[in-house]
Order: sequence, then C-alpha cells, then structure tokens
Amino acid sequence: MPSDYLPILILIVLATVFAIIAMALPAVLGPSRKTKAKLEPYESGMVPYTDARRRFPVQYYVIAVLFILFDIEVIFLYPWAVMLRQLRLFGLIEMAVFLGILLVGYVFVWKKGALEW
Amino acid sequence: MTLPTLDLVVLLPQLIVLTAALLVLVVDGLSGARSWLLAGISLVALLAAGAAAIWLSLQPGEPRRLQAMAVADGFALLFDVVIVVAAVLGVLLAYQSIPRISQQVGSYYALLLLAVVGMMTMGAALDLIVVFLALEILSLALYILAGFNRSEPRSAEASLKYFLLGAFASAFFLYGAALVYGATASLNLEAIAAALAGGSRSPAMLYLGIALLIVGFGFKVALVPFHMWTPDVYPGAPTPVTAFMSAATKAAAFAAFLRLFLTALPTAQPTWSWALAVLAAVTMTLGNVAALRQRELKRMLAYSSIAHAGYAAVGLVAGTAQGAGAVLFYLLAYAFMNVGAFGVVAALERAGEYDVARGRLAGLSERQPALAAAMAIFMFSLTGIPPFAGFFGKLYVFGAAVAAGWGWLVVIGVINSVISAYYYLQVTVEMYFAAPAAEAPAAAAAGKKGRAVAKAAAPSPAPEEGKAAPAPLSRATAAAVLAAALGTVLIGVLPALLTGWIAQAVQGIF
Amino acid sequence: MQLVLFFVLALLAVAGAVGVVLSKNAVYSALALLLNFAVLAVFYIMLNAQFLGVVQVIVYAGAIVVLFLFVIMLIGGQLAPDALTAGSRRPARVVALIAGLVALAGLAYGLVSGALAPQTGQVQGSGSVQAIGRVLFTDYLLPFELASVLLLVAMIGAVVLARKPTKS
Repeated sequence: MPSDYLPILILIVLATVFAIIAMALPAVLGPSRKTKAKLEPYESGMVPYTDARRRFPVQYYVIAVLFILFDIEVIFLYPWAVMLRQLRLFGLIEMAVFLGILLVGYVFVWKKGALEW
Repeated sequence: MTLPTLDLVVLLPQLIVLTAALLVLVVDGLSGARSWLLAGISLVALLAAGAAAIWLSLQPGEPRRLQAMAVADGFALLFDVVIVVAAVLGVLLAYQSIPRISQQVGSYYALLLLAVVGMMTMGAALDLIVVFLALEILSLALYILAGFNRSEPRSAEASLKYFLLGAFASAFFLYGAALVYGATASLNLEAIAAALAGGSRSPAMLYLGIALLIVGFGFKVALVPFHMWTPDVYPGAPTPVTAFMSAATKAAAFAAFLRLFLTALPTAQPTWSWALAVLAAVTMTLGNVAALRQRELKRMLAYSSIAHAGYAAVGLVAGTAQGAGAVLFYLLAYAFMNVGAFGVVAALERAGEYDVARGRLAGLSERQPALAAAMAIFMFSLTGIPPFAGFFGKLYVFGAAVAAGWGWLVVIGVINSVISAYYYLQVTVEMYFAAPAAEAPAAAAAGKKGRAVAKAAAPSPAPEEGKAAPAPLSRATAAAVLAAALGTVLIGVLPALLTGWIAQAVQGIF
Repeated sequence: MQLVLFFVLALLAVAGAVGVVLSKNAVYSALALLLNFAVLAVFYIMLNAQFLGVVQVIVYAGAIVVLFLFVIMLIGGQLAPDALTAGSRRPARVVALIAGLVALAGLAYGLVSGALAPQTGQVQGSGSVQAIGRVLFTDYLLPFELASVLLLVAMIGAVVLARKPTKS
C-alpha cells in the first residue's frame, strides 16, 4: 500500500531539503569571486588540457555491459533470498545452476583478458 | 508450499548442447584455442542432441512435458533434427574459414551452440515467455555471429543492422504477446486457446496482438515487408554464419510460429490466414524478382531465401495438419539444399572478400567438377525440379494449400517457381557452359586444377600472393557440401521415409 | 489522495519524457529519462507491484541510465546540432506527430469504449517479492534458467565485440 511508503517519502523530502540548504547556504553566506582558475573543472589539482568528452577505450564499454549483466543477475537473487526457506534444497540447486552458467561466462571473460587494460 | 517435479528429459537435446557450449567456453578459456578440439566437442554434442531428439520422438505414449513450459512432442523433436542438420553443416563450414577471420574460435562455437539451444527451445515452448526468451537467446547470438569478422566493415554493418531491426522486431513480438495476454489472461498456449474457445471478449486487443506477433515472426523468417535486413545481413555475415542462420533461424521461428498460431489461435484462423496469405504472396514474388537481378551469389541467395520463407508460409496459411507437416518437410529439405549452396560459396570465397561474383562460376565444372555437380544439385533442388528434396517440399506445401482452398496462392507460388528457375538454372549454365572469365586461370592454378573435391588437401598456409586465390578446399568444407548433397538427393529419392513420421508428429500441435 | 498523487506524478513523468526528446544536450536527455524512470517506479508501487518498482529503480534508473551516460561520454557528448534541426527532419517530425496522435486517439477510444478492456484473470498473488519469487522459482523455473543463458550469450558477445580485430 502506498501509505507504507510514507517513511521513504519523508526521507526523500529530507534529503532534498538538506541538499537545497547545503547549496543555498554557501551562496548566501560566502563571498563570490569568480576568477578564471576557479571556473575550471576540478581535476584533483591538475590542469585540464582537453575536453573530457572524447573517445574512450572500448574496455570501458565491456566493463559497463558486464556491470549491467551482473546487476540483472542480482535482481534474481533478491526474490530468491526471500523465498529460500520455502524452496529449500530445490531452490538452492536452481540458483546453483543459474549462477553456474554465469560463472562459466565470468571465467571465460576473465581468462580472455576482457577485464584487463 | 509444494515444489514442482521436473521432467528434465523433455529438454535433453537442449541440455546436451548447453553443456557442450559451457565446455567449449571452459576449454577455450583455460587452455587457449585448439580449433579441432572445439569443433569436435561441438560436432559430437550436436550429433548426440540429434540422436536424443530422435530417441525421444520414438518413445511411445503421450509426449512428456516440463511443467506447462515445454513439451517434447514429435513436432518439436523433428524441428530439433532440422536445426541440428543446419548446425552440423555450419560447424563443418566454419572449421576452415573462421580461424582465417578471427582468433576467437571458441566464442564462435559457443555462440553457435547457444543459438542452437535457443532455437530448439523455441520449437518446444508452450509458453509465450519461453518463446520470447528463446527468441532472444538465438537472436543475440546471431547478431554477434553476423559481426564476427572484425576486420571487415561490412560484417560490422550487417551485425548492427540486424541488431537494430531485430530489437525492433523483438519489441513488436513482446508487445503482441502482452496484448494477447491482456485479451486472454494467459501466456500458456493451450490456456490461450481455451480462453478463446468461447469467443474473445476484447477482440480489438486480441487482433492487435496477433498482428504484432506476425510482425515479430515475419521479421525473423524474413517475410516481405519485414525482410529489409536480409539482403545486407546475409552477404555481410561470414559465409558459415549465413549458411547456418538462413536455415536454422527459419526452422526455429517457423516452429514457434506454427505452434503458436495453430495451438493457441485456431479460433482466429480466418483472420490471420488471410493476412499471412497476402504476406506469403508478396514475399514469394518480391524475393524472386529481386533475386533475378543480383550479380553476386550471397546476395542472390539472400533474396532467394526470402522467397523460400514465402513458400514455407504458404503451408502455415493452409493451417491444417497437412500444411504444418509440409512446412516441416520443406524446412528440412531447405536446411540441406540451402546450407549446401552456401557451402559451395564458402569454398569459392577468397580471403578478405565480401561476396562472390557470379562470373567466378564460369568453367567451374572443369576446375572442380565435384563442387560444380554439388552446386547443380542444390540449384535444381532450390528450383524444385523432381528428383531432389526441394521438389517434394514445394509439392507438399502447395498440395496442403490446395486442399485447404488456397488455390490462388498456389498459382502465385507456381509462377514464382518458374521465375526462380531462371536465376537458379543460370548458375548451372554458367558453371557448365560459360567460358572462364579472364581472372579464372590464375584462380584455377592456385586451386590445383583437376583435383577431386574430396581428396583436396587440408588447409595449408596461404601462398605469398594468396590474397586473391581461394584457399584449397578443406576436408571439413568438402564433407559439409557432400553431406548436404547426399541429404538433398536422399530426401528427394525417398520422401516417403519422412512423410509418415512427420504426419504423425504434427498431430501434437492441434 | 491516490488520485492527486497520481496526477502530480503523471505530470512529472510526462515532463521527463518530453525533456528526453526536447533537450539539445544528450546528457540532459539521459537525466530527464532518469526522472521518467523514477516516477514509473513509484507508479509500479502504487499499482501494488513492489518488486517491479524495485527492479525499475535498480536496473533502469540505476544501470541502464548509467550505461546511457557512459555511451554518451564514449561517443562524445555533443550531438551534431545540425543533424537535429535540419529542415529535412521536419516531414519526419510531422509524420511522427500525426502517427503518435492517431495512436493516442485509438488508445483513448479503446479504453473508453471498452474494446481494449483487459480480461481480468486470476493473477497469482500480487506484485510482492514473495509472490514473484514463489511463481518464478516454481512455475516459471525454465524461463528463469533461460535468462541465465541469455545473460551468458550477452557476456560472450561483449568479449567478442570489444576485442581488437586481428590483423591478418
């Protein structure tokens, strides 16, 4: 029921209010002196010398795709964990098969060096 | 809560192939690519899966089921056999040519086997969710296989085009399935039929859903107007991939198409059979007319495969057990003759080449008589000339359509067969009667003139100037072409071996 | 209360969707999509499909949008502005607008007239995690395992496509 989610709503409101306060206070209290160096993107003290938006090595893409795949895998673990007591050994075997297939894929990905740079 | 009992034997062929795919991945990952070992695992597993399917289909009694999700009836198992035929030939064709274009041989075999798992599951599925997942498994694997030649931009183009349009088609299928679910409150094919038995309460939703499902399947089997990807994907993909996907994808998609429409939606048949009849007529005509104008073999075969999807759809339009059996027979014949034709193309192909020009065939009968003879058999069979498999395929499909009262559609089909004879037979004429083109002598010399096909040497290091010369015919390629030719002839000479079996098998889906 | 909440959220969702289409910067489009996804998650929860709501947040709002941003960064954030505003696009826009309005009108008519009314069948349990888990791990066991095969195919595909082509 939606009313059960009232705590979450309160949390969202609190988080938003906190963020607004955190951003508004410095703007009101602090002096604003815009120099060229201050308007540069912050790069851990290093001087940026090109646009950050350029072509990245394709390995980033592999990592991103693998992240999505394992993210989806975790989704399946969630209802399984809730139901494991009723499913008993049956559920354990089921998930072992599911994870076993993905484990083979993981070993393959690893051994093929797709996770290396 | 009660836990279900699982009859895993139902999925025995799929499980064998899946295990082999995992094994290929582990072997390839841990010990590096050993091409012969990986191909061997794949071949043994595919043959074992085919044997398991035949063994299961010979079991007496009611077909076994895995819950309400999958069934091992004769219909599914015979389609398994069709898919195994295409996959075995695909593995044999890949053995020589894939190592030439990629170092990731293990990935190739693993993806091919996983595609087979998806295809087999499509034929066995009793639930729309299972159909969809199986469709996605085979599609995703084929998108990647189509782009397997990483150094060839056209291969990447084929992959991207196939992926984008295929993703659209999957969305159409999913939307259609959702609407059918909305109209019947069930995803199970038999439950859908039961829900529709007393007439639908929301026909608009149901028919919209059926239309979207037709779009989804129409894309997978390349029915006009959902065929646009075929002329680019078939030539762009590596030839062994094209050979495999042209026959196996059609078989898998038609298996699910037939089962879904004949098991779940028979009450709506008057509506969908008309829609499909129009699609089939347009598909046959456009495919054949476009194929007439092609100067390259793979692109010609791509258009011809569109036309063949149209012929097979005629059997579905009939909507009877006779029609379903005819489609099954047609697709088995098609697996042999079409994969064989692509096998000959693969044998003629040169390294780094996009497509094989028709002119290359000139004088082939003198340079490689066995190869030319095999190609002639495939061309005769694709045309539908009597002693070959393709003739009986067309005969049964058209016969079923006439029996169901679709005479006009059969007339269009026969006219189209005549049109197709022009370009198929022209290939034969070029091989046997045309003088070799200027470039041919060099190729003939490199191809070791006068050597019998079956005795040709195993792949040897390409000669120094070898970019232009075709690699000598490998044993694996020769075996694939030989097996395909034998199958085409055998089915053509003894069709009665199969017809009784098929007629019994298709009863299960009604 | 429910109705007010729905309309407020619906307005937000539509605003997000419009933002995706209208913003010139692809990064803003992705962020507007995030808003849309988040609101949809709330809708799922309001419809008693809690699990779907959670999945919507974790997979769509989390992973998919992150992937979109990732790809936008990979291919360069600036969309070629002339590709979006060129006059050749205008007929396509008009056609898309008309098609969209026709689809909307058809949908509205279907819902009002009842021609598109869904069958109300026996839905097994509700959208709770327990109900989904019970069905997924018993009746829908085969689709569950097939999902892992599908993920495996995608994994291999990522490796195949991302490796450098071999020079031959």
